[in-house]
Amino acid sequence: MSGDTSRRTSAAAGTSAAARRRGPRTGIRKLLGYAGAVVVLLLGWAAVSAAVGSPALPGPVIAIETFIEQWPAIWPEMLISLWRVVIAMTLGTAFAVPLGLMLGRSPRADSVFAPLIYITYPIPKVVFLPVLMVLLGLGNAPKIVLIAIIVFFQILVTARDASKAVPEPSVLSVRSLGASRWDVYRHVVVPAALPDIFTALRIGTGTAIAVLFLAESIAGSSGIGYYIVDAWGRIDYPAMFAGIIGMGLLGVMLYEAMDAVEVWATRWRRAGS
Amino acid sequence: MAALSFNQVSLTYEGSDRQVQALDRLTLEVADGESVAIIGPSGCGKSTLLLLAAGLLTPDATAAAAGSRASAAPVGPADTGAGSVAVAGAPVVGPRRETALILQDFGLLPWKTVAENAGLGLQIRGFGRSLVRERATTALERVGLAEFAAAYPTELSGGMRQRLALARAVALDADLLLMDEPLSALDALKREELQGVLLELWQRRGHTSVLVTHSIEEAVFLGQRVVVMTPRPGRVAAIVDNPGAGTVDYRASDEFFARCTHLRALLAEEGAL
Repeated sequence: MSGDTSRRTSAAAGTSAAARRRGPRTGIRKLLGYAGAVVVLLLGWAAVSAAVGSPALPGPVIAIETFIEQWPAIWPEMLISLWRVVIAMTLGTAFAVPLGLMLGRSPRADSVFAPLIYITYPIPKVVFLPVLMVLLGLGNAPKIVLIAIIVFFQILVTARDASKAVPEPSVLSVRSLGASRWDVYRHVVVPAALPDIFTALRIGTGTAIAVLFLAESIAGSSGIGYYIVDAWGRIDYPAMFAGIIGMGLLGVMLYEAMDAVEVWATRWRRAGS
Repeated sequence: MAALSFNQVSLTYEGSDRQVQALDRLTLEVADGESVAIIGPSGCGKSTLLLLAAGLLTPDATAAAAGSRASAAPVGPADTGAGSVAVAGAPVVGPRRETALILQDFGLLPWKTVAENAGLGLQIRGFGRSLVRERATTALERVGLAEFAAAYPTELSGGMRQRLALARAVALDADLLLMDEPLSALDALKREELQGVLLELWQRRGHTSVLVTHSIEEAVFLGQRVVVMTPRPGRVAAIVDNPGAGTVDYRASDEFFARCTHLRALLAEEGAL
């Protein structure tokens, strides 16, 4: 009994420490981290720019000045791009997660779908952009569909492997409580796969933004990608780099939003460690 | 009323390239409110027995169960009880509401708090939110975990996790407790302490208890009868009456030691030692 008691106090202390860790101090540490990263990046940028001495690589000061000046023009383009990425990733995830989790739990369905996935997965989906443009025009649709397809495959494979790795005793113990197939997904498979799905989402975000840039620069006349390429075409390098800063901000917003969702959705992982 | 009976039960696992017969025409009766311990060589089908009783596996069809003796033994249809598992007089066809299965590990879901884990069975069985909380709280109090309701399983010690697994069974108001080596992950001292908890719960609640264990001492301490199984395919090799189980200071008595020695000899005969 005494062992339990001492463990008890340490566990209780652990809980409150975890609660504190999530408090305002985390926010401050995060801000400091970003401030440090920005300083390092700006110094490096300034050094390289000074060394190169070409108008194609303006220094950070003029780029930031242009960014602030152009903010009313950049912000709407960022919003358009953000909206495209978020819709596309949501769509891709919404289709991939249920299908992937199901494939992982059903050897029969997996044996049918696995060859299909393995053949199509390695093909860079960007090659379908021309086809999508022909079919869906130059608006939002082809960009969203392209990114959704890319995210779909990344999440699909991850979700499938994660649900395959769910320990059978966990499933058995829940089934012994009378769990239906749906209960097993809800109480065991989905939460068990969540951390892996978030990792895949984070990796997918990088790909999604890269592809978005490509799609926006090839097709259409809106979005931060278009803004960058348009500035490039006008040989307005400071504006181009202002756009690049905007794109960086876009990524930070996406990653931070995803982190926040992940922390909330996988609260248990912060416990007891 | 939760008498448990196995009547001529065989079970064969279908592997990818071969069949493994885990149980061969096993017959065993456990009376209502009785505490039975099952012990035997590794792979003798002890766990299979519990999964059958929990309704997670179905016995082989009767004709197959009769096996080589098909011509000699009168093989009746299923309603004669041949090749069947029954709890409280009714054939087991799936998970039963008042049956609780406790596995050595993985039974707890790390993404649910202690209270949520304790109430999981009730939640799955469709009880209302407030009733689930109320009964989970009572069950946690019973096993001494009330103050950890909001913690996650990773914050608990091994012994506390096993208490939580018990709390889930208590919350369900289970009248049949099936335990598959529930204490084997614990050190010797914690084991004895938890054996005490198991005994106290059984004495107070009067449920039917089936405990699969590797430990001779544990079997003798907790089982009014100790069932010794043969190596695979498992059958009942011997049943040792152990009326002293549950009495005060049984562990220190000569009878306890004699029983352990007797069982050790029986197990050696089965090639388990």
